[in-house]
Amino acid sequence: MRIALLHTRIRAEERLLIEALDARGIETDVIDVRSFVLDPAGPGIEADAVLDRSMSVAASRAALSVLERSGVPCFNGTRTLDVCSDKLATAAALAGAGVPAPRTLAAVGEQAALEAVERIGYPAVIKPATGSWGRLIARVSDRESAEAILEHKFTLGSTLQKTVVVQEYVDKPGRDLRIFVVGGRAIAGIARSSEHWITNTARGGSATGINVSGEIGAISEAAARAVGGGILAIDLLECPRRGLLVNEINHSMEFRNSIDTTGVDIPGVVVEHVLERAGAPTIEMAAMRARSAAMEASA
Amino acid sequence: MTVATAECPECTAEVGFERAPLNAEVVTCRGCQAELEVTSIEPLRVELAPEVEEDWGE
Repeated sequence: MRIALLHTRIRAEERLLIEALDARGIETDVIDVRSFVLDPAGPGIEADAVLDRSMSVAASRAALSVLERSGVPCFNGTRTLDVCSDKLATAAALAGAGVPAPRTLAAVGEQAALEAVERIGYPAVIKPATGSWGRLIARVSDRESAEAILEHKFTLGSTLQKTVVVQEYVDKPGRDLRIFVVGGRAIAGIARSSEHWITNTARGGSATGINVSGEIGAISEAAARAVGGGILAIDLLECPRRGLLVNEINHSMEFRNSIDTTGVDIPGVVVEHVLERAGAPTIEMAAMRARSAAMEASA
Repeated sequence: MTVATAECPECTAEVGFERAPLNAEVVTCRGCQAELEVTSIEPLRVELAPEVEEDWGE
């Protein structure tokens, strides 16, 4: 069994995943996508599965679109990557599956974007279609501030910034929820609290573990299915009027601060999932087999 | 316990590794808080990590 782990930087997450693979005796090729030559007509990669941990959406898409075609299972696959890396595509997938989410509109022109904000009403949230860590997200409380933000975006922003996603502002109770879903199953969750309305831990929010059984787990698993499944972190908002809403879905999740907080070995679960899908007997499967063999022996 | 050290290119402080360093690993210099990336293992070398790019994230 051989796993290829694609990366840009090696953060705490990638190190933990490499250690989890090592602990299971799995041969791991740690590949920096920045130094990787892709050959669409070539034989592919000598690996039983690819675990993509690149921080760049463009690099992931380039590598996975070639590797996936060679038949090797990739985590996550390009479909999940394409949907989750685009907030508009995520909104469409959730709407198509009937998963509740904040009301979302989008526009690619300045006047249409202003019209979208007016239709959503104030306060509204303006986001780029692509982006992470709470960057370049603005809450606008009136038409003047919306006009100013949009003028800046359309004058100074890159092409990517000119696809504007407008979302209703959900007056959440000072926190949002992040649920980790692996292979269709909600395995752990945290509540992220902050005095700032942007609660990302990357922006200084603090986290506590939460129970993911019941409605929280069910809506997260439904959201994961809607975007193609895989290894995902689902961000939920608790709307006082509409209940749980799926805000965003992260396809290359960070989890270093959620292991102790939740008591769940997140890298271990991720690796077990990849090995299972790659066809290797996992520690869980080996334990199950040992238990059934012991039961047969005692019968 | 420190298993390897390198010199911070920003402030020349010693950057210690408690586990065997990996290529492309990101560490923070305790002297100047610069984000550094391992660019060579043998010899061990670190450089200032590249700025976060527009499509980088989780």
